[in-house]
Amino acid sequence: MNESKVLQELQRALPTGRLITEPAAMRPYETDGLTAIREMPWAVALPGTEDEVREVLAVCLEHEVPVVPRGAGTGLSGGARPVQGGLVLGLSKLNQILEVDVDNCTARVQPGVRNLAISEAVAEHGLYYAPDPSSQLACSIGGNVAENSGGVHCLKYGLTVHNVIGLKVRTIEGDVLELGGKGLDYPGYDLLALLCGSEGMLGVVTEVTVRLLPEAPQKVVLLAAFSTLESAAGAVSRIIGEGVTPAGLELMDQLTLRAAEDFAGAGYPKDAAAILLCELDGDATEARALQRYAVRLFEEEGAYDVQQAESAEQRERLWAGRKAAFPAVGRIAPDYYCMDGTIPRASLVEVLRGISELSERYGLVVGNVFHAGDGNLHPLILYDANQEGQIELAEGLGREILELCVGVGGTVTGEHGVGVEKLTPMCAQFNAAELAQFERVKEAFDPARLMNPGKAIPTLTRCAEYGGMHVHGGELPFPNLDRF
Amino acid sequence: MAGDRAAQLVDAVRSAAADEQPLRLLGAGSKVPAAEAGHALQVDENRGVVDYQPEELVLTARGGTPLAEIQALLHQSRQQLPFEPPMIGGRGTLGGAVATGWSGPGRPWRGAVRDAVLGVEMINGLGERLTFGGQVMKNVAGYDLSRLQVGAWGSLGILLSISVRVTPEAHAERTCQLECAAAEALSRMRAWARAHSPITATCFEGGVLSARLSGMAESVAAAAERIGGEQVPDSTLWRDLRDRALPVFASQDGDGQRLWQIHCAPAAELPPDACLVEWSGARRWWRTDARVEDVRAYAEQAGGVALPAGAAPRFDSPHMARLKRAFDPQGLFNPHLNDAHPPQ
Ligand SMILES: Cc1cc2nc3c(=O)[nH]c(=O)nc-3n(C[C@H](O)[C@H](O)[C@H](O)COP(=O)(O)OP(=O)(O)OC[C@H]3O[C@@H](n4cnc5c(N)ncnc54)[C@H](O)[C@@H]3O)c2cc1C
Repeated sequence: MNESKVLQELQRALPTGRLITEPAAMRPYETDGLTAIREMPWAVALPGTEDEVREVLAVCLEHEVPVVPRGAGTGLSGGARPVQGGLVLGLSKLNQILEVDVDNCTARVQPGVRNLAISEAVAEHGLYYAPDPSSQLACSIGGNVAENSGGVHCLKYGLTVHNVIGLKVRTIEGDVLELGGKGLDYPGYDLLALLCGSEGMLGVVTEVTVRLLPEAPQKVVLLAAFSTLESAAGAVSRIIGEGVTPAGLELMDQLTLRAAEDFAGAGYPKDAAAILLCELDGDATEARALQRYAVRLFEEEGAYDVQQAESAEQRERLWAGRKAAFPAVGRIAPDYYCMDGTIPRASLVEVLRGISELSERYGLVVGNVFHAGDGNLHPLILYDANQEGQIELAEGLGREILELCVGVGGTVTGEHGVGVEKLTPMCAQFNAAELAQFERVKEAFDPARLMNPGKAIPTLTRCAEYGGMHVHGGELPFPNLDRF
Repeated sequence: MAGDRAAQLVDAVRSAAADEQPLRLLGAGSKVPAAEAGHALQVDENRGVVDYQPEELVLTARGGTPLAEIQALLHQSRQQLPFEPPMIGGRGTLGGAVATGWSGPGRPWRGAVRDAVLGVEMINGLGERLTFGGQVMKNVAGYDLSRLQVGAWGSLGILLSISVRVTPEAHAERTCQLECAAAEALSRMRAWARAHSPITATCFEGGVLSARLSGMAESVAAAAERIGGEQVPDSTLWRDLRDRALPVFASQDGDGQRLWQIHCAPAAELPPDACLVEWSGARRWWRTDARVEDVRAYAEQAGGVALPAGAAPRFDSPHMARLKRAFDPQGLFNPHLNDAHPPQ
């Protein structure tokens, strides 16, 4: 590739100052939220219009330059990490809210708009955008689509895929896919669902239409304290099973709740083996009725203490500890590694036990704070990167935790994506034919394989090597784990 | 295992591939009449519930399992399919419900068929058995190829088994009915959509606006008071609407009259003459003698699309054609659906 020629062409496609090639200026783009993995980009383009996106892609296609789309760079699996010799296509300048349609309860926005900015822009109409990743202050809606991100309130209101109703996507070949719209269902293959969670490997999302929901007038947060993990897990299964879908249902184990309490002073009972935070919402009558029902249910399941927060101030206090959980645990050790497996709820106790055994075996402490209602675990592995070998230990422990999740019928990632981080665990979840099917789907959108190469889908070679190292009850390179 | 026909279906696909003989997949025949079939492959004998643990709120069943059987089983644990698939003439299979992707009256509140699909096991056009997704609520490992099967009408492969999220039945349910004009009905539906309430379905037809309320008994009662009108405890309306058994669905096309299904922006103006409105305005059933171009033009300015009721869509955009080839390179499955771009 004639580098200077390509750079010239890119320069022509972009306004002054929107093509970055200075190493110092590119440093912020070296990594995403998974900071342990870095790579210097070849160049960074920051288009401000869709036309500029199109032109940049055309140059990259012609000269076979790999393209890594990037939103806010908060991803936790290395999805936006640059690839060698590749261009980072930063979408943060495409940050306009194009339309708020109150009658239809929709908003049409550019991909660089921050998640929270949508809710802020429509709050005056009593509406909001439901999926609320903890990173919502910073992360972009384009990144949310690419990761199919979730949040605390997704238990009741759904993930990104359930709340996005329209997309405009630009493929590397320059085609525009207009998917969905303001209505609910459109005929044809559900490319919109396919794009959700596709990690920037199929195309660049250039416009997103989301549905907006009415704010619930009444909210209550309950804190239920349990003296055993089993009883907390039992309460989770029961409340979900009885049709009292909480807006959010989070579990914290003793290590995490103590750290959070020390950090945030939220009023958590430090003697509890586990606590549940349960938010219920609805109109006034509904929320009240749910509250009564849930309190009784928690007591029947063995909660020895149930706090009920009704005022905004009390609710925020209870949530403060949960929100501070990651930084709080971060104070116990210099570094932590956040995992993201999802399991059937019935396996909660079994898997948490397994994690604590692994934790002992590896000699690394693991805290658990997670979206209990949908079985999405976030084990936090504590380690010290300055001590030799600890990163590798943490990664090994993480991999075994994910294998445990797959073993009980779960998945290696519930909401953070595969990126570059979970390529190897993917080999435990999919066999060669399935991986080849993924590859053919990729080819349908990106035959030149320039979009975010090397992410999300492991190569067969990689899995063969991995299979040689980890053999699950057989000597096949792709142990056919029972997943159904 | 009784009802497990996966091996036979794999064989059927492999010999079809060897003979270059396209297949028309047939379920219970509730949505696609058998007469339409060329080289038919009956897939509904692959049936039976594989796994159902009520406390997990997940059910896995083979594609040919009758919906009626699934619903009866779920009801024993006071659970239901959130997407309320139509059982036309009381028939229909889970595979057919997923393949057509037809969602029921609760679509805007309880989600679409694809929202409930967690995983599939399928046979692609290479005769390979593949599993995507799983039985858990959140899963972003690999592309979401299980949701992609929803609404694909079997053109990407045979659905051997499907895992779906199920939901508990409501603690209480009732229906409110008000008489009003069409425009007022739509504006009420939109007003309801903008406030939190236990509404889980709305429908306007023949001068009557109906709202289904589901939730805790107290809140259903309070919301019913607010909405007003006549209260009906056990309305059969929602079942008949779901199963397309209301009179508007029954009368035959003819005399230039045709029934259209229109998906559009929910607040968009209604068509000039009477139609059935549901999903808070986002789906409309319009029986009209208007010219096809006029119906399409109406749908387009309403931000949507019009389809003849009950018709299968065509998967003929360039990227859909490429996706088809990615799953089914020889064009074995229901190739008539991809006609515009026959696989090379
Ligand atoms: C403190 C913290 C808390 C978090 N909490 C949560 C949480 O609760 N739930 C959750 O799900 N995640 C969470 N995350 C992860 C992360 O915030 C989400 O994955 C988020 O959606 C990423 O958005 P982003 O704009 O930062 O995307 P990036 O990190 O920039 O990119 C993520 C992926 O999307 C692709 N991409 C970005 N924009 C586009 C586009 N326009 N078109 C095509 N592809 C694109 C990239 O190539 C990459 O593969 C958290 C992260 C942090 C740091």
